[in-house]
Amino acid sequence: MLSYTVRRLGYMIVNLTLISIVCFYIINLPPGSFIETYSTQLDAAGSPASQAQLDYLTARYGLDQPLYVQYWNWIVPLVTQGDFGYSFEWQQPVWTLLADRLWLTIIFSIVSMVFVYAVSIPVALYSATHQYSFGDYSVNLLGVIGLAVPNFLLALLLLVGSAKFFGVTPTGLYSPQYMNAPWSWDKFVDLLIHLPVPVVVVGLAGTAATIRILRSQLLDEFQKQYVITARAKGVPERRLLMKYPFRVALNPIISTAGHLLPEIVSGSTIVAIVLGLPTIGPLLLRSIIAQDTYVAASSLMMLGVLTVVGVVMSDILLTILDPRVRMNRTN
Amino acid sequence: MSTSVIQPTDSIESTTAPLLEIKNLRVVLPILEGDLVAADGVNIQIKPGKTLGLVGESGCGKTMTAQSILQIAPKIAKTSGQILLHYADRPPTDIVALGKNDPELLRIRGGECAMIFQEPMTSFSPVHTIGNQLIEAILLHRTSDKKEAREIAIAMLDKVGIPAPAETLKKYPHHLSGGMRQRAMIAMALSSRPRLLIADEPTTALDVTVQAQVLRLMRDLQRDLGMAILYISHDLGVIARMADEVAVMYMGSIVEHAPVRELFRSVKHPYTKGLMGSAPRIGKKSGEPLATIMGNVPIPINKPTACGFFPRCPVGIAGICDQVVPPLVEVAPGHKSACFRYPQVLAAAGLESGTTNE
Repeated sequence: MLSYTVRRLGYMIVNLTLISIVCFYIINLPPGSFIETYSTQLDAAGSPASQAQLDYLTARYGLDQPLYVQYWNWIVPLVTQGDFGYSFEWQQPVWTLLADRLWLTIIFSIVSMVFVYAVSIPVALYSATHQYSFGDYSVNLLGVIGLAVPNFLLALLLLVGSAKFFGVTPTGLYSPQYMNAPWSWDKFVDLLIHLPVPVVVVGLAGTAATIRILRSQLLDEFQKQYVITARAKGVPERRLLMKYPFRVALNPIISTAGHLLPEIVSGSTIVAIVLGLPTIGPLLLRSIIAQDTYVAASSLMMLGVLTVVGVVMSDILLTILDPRVRMNRTN
Repeated sequence: MSTSVIQPTDSIESTTAPLLEIKNLRVVLPILEGDLVAADGVNIQIKPGKTLGLVGESGCGKTMTAQSILQIAPKIAKTSGQILLHYADRPPTDIVALGKNDPELLRIRGGECAMIFQEPMTSFSPVHTIGNQLIEAILLHRTSDKKEAREIAIAMLDKVGIPAPAETLKKYPHHLSGGMRQRAMIAMALSSRPRLLIADEPTTALDVTVQAQVLRLMRDLQRDLGMAILYISHDLGVIARMADEVAVMYMGSIVEHAPVRELFRSVKHPYTKGLMGSAPRIGKKSGEPLATIMGNVPIPINKPTACGFFPRCPVGIAGICDQVVPPLVEVAPGHKSACFRYPQVLAAAGLESGTTNE
């Protein structure tokens, strides 16, 4: 078990290294650079920069260097000093930009995941144990709708609806007065008040999908011999359900939990823009458009870290829960 | 629990009161194509300490009948009739009438009647240890003391011949071989000292040498613990070794019922004859093709009122067998058959024996 964990952590480092290289390469694929975007903007604004100025900036940001040198200049301080580089566009360290958003993103993602599981697991249990009942059909119908409705549309509808009927627009994660205030208990409470709408919007598709997966898993498990064995030995139905089929049906849910985390982050970019959520998604989008290399690369890297850490965590959790996985892996 | 009264008897109508009585059991599965009749008026008695062998091809309703005893048949199954579990000191319980969360049912399941299954590979939950599942059964029926339950579990595993029982408790099912798993399964079933053990083809998935060991184990345990066994199999060789009485099932009905020696000495139903002819035997000339019963078991959806075996029967009587359902009646002392070749059966159905043209 320990050696497996250590080995997985080793793979994780290899993975992250590869992800960082690929991220950096892809971001630099589009022709041009931030300087060119910048000079176009200045031209459009009617005050073109001189070539000397642009050359100076290019040299200062190291954009005249070959790509691998640029990568090296980014990754070495990142790993050794936790320095994510400097944003061309925002004229401040990338970390300052990311830090607040990163925490919000993590909090938001975790709350969304908790929401997804807290809703989908009981509903799936009900649905599977009452197969073909009215409740089951209703859940299925709602599930299909939940999967089919794009979440940004739902976000828009909620915005319009609440503006029309309540006169408030549930955007952002804080009330204006806390926007730039330092963290305090009141600010935290304010955050909690603002969370439900975006969490429901972002979590709906995941909830619907999880209900469907878990329901069909449970229905499969109900047919299995070990369930009949347990029933034949006199285990009461409710305990039987939770101890045997539910436990086994959870496996695919746990093994995909790692993917849910980044999915929430990247999948919610459009929703985040619509609802004005200060998460990483909108920042990433904007930095890519502006070719703000270090912001884009660092944001992508953060998503990569979330993904890889999530997957490793769910894999380790799975080996704890399922002895068969343990055996296969150690052999 | 000294229910075993060993009485050497060659007759079904023995004086011993039955332990379990299945009366006119009908199990119907309403499926898309129509009503599938898995059991059609089954009458069986199981006597304390005795083994009843239930024989038949796949799909003849053996398993459904057995599952009805514990109410573990698929949810859609509609069961009618009576399954009476008799007690020495109180009136019998009709299992068919019990609700699905009735504490009495949960007490009978695994307590009074335990069951072992065909597939030792899948009968245990893969994510729980053997000990967890075995001790669970003991805690449900024998004792509420965890330490004592553990001791009983170790003693049971030892009894069924599993080496290093204490360590085995910590193992997962995939650590054990098929034979060992079936032994653990038997240990789990017998840990509550049931009065009836239902064994649904328990050795079919095992290889022959392991099969012989498991059969011997079950017989030894029956002698020690005195439980009755309902042994379900399609293998007449195994039935001959295990059973005191045999009931042959075809398309949801019992077609022949006799003490085991009587049955093998003089078969009184063409279906049983066919089954015996198709069993491989040592001493048969090699290269000789094995006899088969023509055709397959028809799927009993919307069954016609006729002898179910008629379409495959080599001695069927047109005009009778395809018109009337033959009743199961005694055609020789202690030997029941449901074949119109016997005048007693014709008489029971209200037909003239002269109509047969043999």
